[in-house]
Amino acid sequence: MSAADRTPSERVDVCVVGAGPAGGIVAHSLADRGHDVVVLEAGPRVPLAERLERMERHQRPAHDWTDVWGMDGERDAYSSTGDVDYPLNRTRIKGVGGTTLHWIGYTPRFHPKDFEMGTRYGLGTDWPIAYDDLRPYYAEAESELGVAGAEDNPFAPPREEPFPMEAFPPSHSDSILGAACEELDIEVHSVPQARNSEAYDGRSACVGYGTCHPVCPSGAKYDGSVHIRKAESEGARVVDRAPVQRLEHDSEGERVEAAVYATPDGTEHRQEARQFVVACGAIETPRLLLLSQSEQYPDGLANSSGAVGRYLMDHLLYLVTGRLMEPTEQHQVGFSTSVTHQFYDHEEATPGSFFVGFLNYAGPSPVEAALDDGGWGDDLTAAVERSYGGHIGTEALVEQLPNPNSRVTLDPDETDDHGNPVPQIHWTVGDHGRTTAEKAIEVQRDILDEAGARVDYATPADDPLSGSHPMGTTRMGDDPAESVVDRRLRTHDLENLSIASSGVFPTGGAMNPTLTIVALSLKAAEHIHDDL
Amino acid sequence: MELTRRDAVAALAAIGVGGGVVYGATELREGRGPGESGETPTSADDTGALLETTVALAEIIYPPEVTETESFVRTFVSGRIEDDDARREAMVDAADALDADARSEHGASFRELEPEEGDALLETLGMSQVDPNPEGDERQRIRYYLVNELLYGLMRSPKGGQLVGIENPPGYPGGLDAYQQGPE
Repeated sequence: MSAADRTPSERVDVCVVGAGPAGGIVAHSLADRGHDVVVLEAGPRVPLAERLERMERHQRPAHDWTDVWGMDGERDAYSSTGDVDYPLNRTRIKGVGGTTLHWIGYTPRFHPKDFEMGTRYGLGTDWPIAYDDLRPYYAEAESELGVAGAEDNPFAPPREEPFPMEAFPPSHSDSILGAACEELDIEVHSVPQARNSEAYDGRSACVGYGTCHPVCPSGAKYDGSVHIRKAESEGARVVDRAPVQRLEHDSEGERVEAAVYATPDGTEHRQEARQFVVACGAIETPRLLLLSQSEQYPDGLANSSGAVGRYLMDHLLYLVTGRLMEPTEQHQVGFSTSVTHQFYDHEEATPGSFFVGFLNYAGPSPVEAALDDGGWGDDLTAAVERSYGGHIGTEALVEQLPNPNSRVTLDPDETDDHGNPVPQIHWTVGDHGRTTAEKAIEVQRDILDEAGARVDYATPADDPLSGSHPMGTTRMGDDPAESVVDRRLRTHDLENLSIASSGVFPTGGAMNPTLTIVALSLKAAEHIHDDL
Repeated sequence: MELTRRDAVAALAAIGVGGGVVYGATELREGRGPGESGETPTSADDTGALLETTVALAEIIYPPEVTETESFVRTFVSGRIEDDDARREAMVDAADALDADARSEHGASFRELEPEEGDALLETLGMSQVDPNPEGDERQRIRYYLVNELLYGLMRSPKGGQLVGIENPPGYPGGLDAYQQGPE
């Protein structure tokens, strides 16, 4: 069957909606177990060879961030109505590989306390599973993605074996900020990341392009297309440019029968399957469920709890940057190499969890500076040196709590290229997040002050940046009245519908979510296999 | 600082000209690549004129520390347009526009101007203030397809990085040693 054939397969064992890291892992895991799998992906396939062109688009000032991966079309329209603007199309990618095509690649495990926020602090809710339940899946996820890391983090949760690859060594600027942290009694350690520090799983070691976020041209950074390729080699079929419009259920409302998808020629098709997995991220997953309303489910599919789309969380991102009177050697690599989790586990409820990472890409890159400045000849070198030199910076990811009024709904006024209501995002920050942010910013400032830097920017506590980690909108729980999926990641309402996404996180902690998404996806695949 | 054809090969390899990443890793080490033979694409007269124009432009816009730019520019530009007709046409159009401006101001094509005259013309065109835009007006396309094209080639090469004290500039696959080292 050619890649351009987008007609449906005969009823398959599993239909996976979304070819990002979650969809890829589920598809591969089930195809590898001998199941017949079809993956439907809204975006296109992106050949590795095109990535250099995309890198150029990123580096040259004529192009916007969303131009790099083509995320600004009518297909991707949305509205933002919350306290803080949610820049959705800067946070996600539609395509085979999904948002991991542009992610930075950090893969910490959640800490045990992240699963027990209700019990420990009376905040949010507990997950129905604990760290120990997820621990074997974390190990498997690290192996599947290829995580480089070191066991030098005294604050990390217990683990059972070494990381698959050695960690990346610290940078020169880490040594500057690390010395400041030593004075402040802040312990610094390495950053686990799904980036090859050596050749791994048929992919090369990192060669230092330095443009990881948003493009890794070498493929050394893991992205979801890795497991899509593996799934295909195990017999799975992947249909790209096939956005799913709605899910249709049987007359009893107990099982999903088909995913209705559109193709570029405007045709709609029905892909039937015994099991369905929605893996479209925490914005498009609830949107698809809401778009799948029926007479029986007028509020949307799998939404008898009313929780679909609610409890939208992100990690609040705060940057504090400054200048030193010495070279800091930024932009020679595109990822961080040192971080501190010292402030993550806490006694009191608030301030909550955050971590601080050291930037290796603070300030403008010399390429950006040269192409942006407009000067030439004599003026060029001076302009670039002025712009490039001495930058140093930190970032903090900060926990926020689930709030039912922070949510994704269907926009009543705007539709996409298929006439479907676009997602309306109402993102709120909350007092816990703001108070935690104040503490994080204080730590970040202390580190830069101690390092002798003149602070030139600090994200305001009440106006955070998005960490690009939407979560919570199809939450997991044991009570069908309060949650969308159970601990098997299956919806309470439909017996053959599972969700693999950060949407299932009942609380979000402050750790980058992808490793947890992958661990949960492996778990979901195991349960689906049992059901088949 | 002398720019060489090898520097251009490095710049090209990093952006995949000549076969992408695999090419970059192998050919870069061996110093081979498009244009290495010294041949200039001769498929059309306008391509030759484009190369002459870009050589003249680089002499003006590249920092004075950079010398011997001609072979670098010829190799880099040749590589960029070798298998990319759309880019070649856009660059030729931009060069034609720059020539027209040069004739209007100085009575000769841009490549025939003295560097001081070329510099003055760029000032007259307000090139330092123009936003680069591949689909913009004439001046925006000159900035994008000629000025920024040449600066992009230079600044993401190791030699360009050295100008501002960076060994492995973003966009160049220079490995994992440089980021760990302090300034020399």
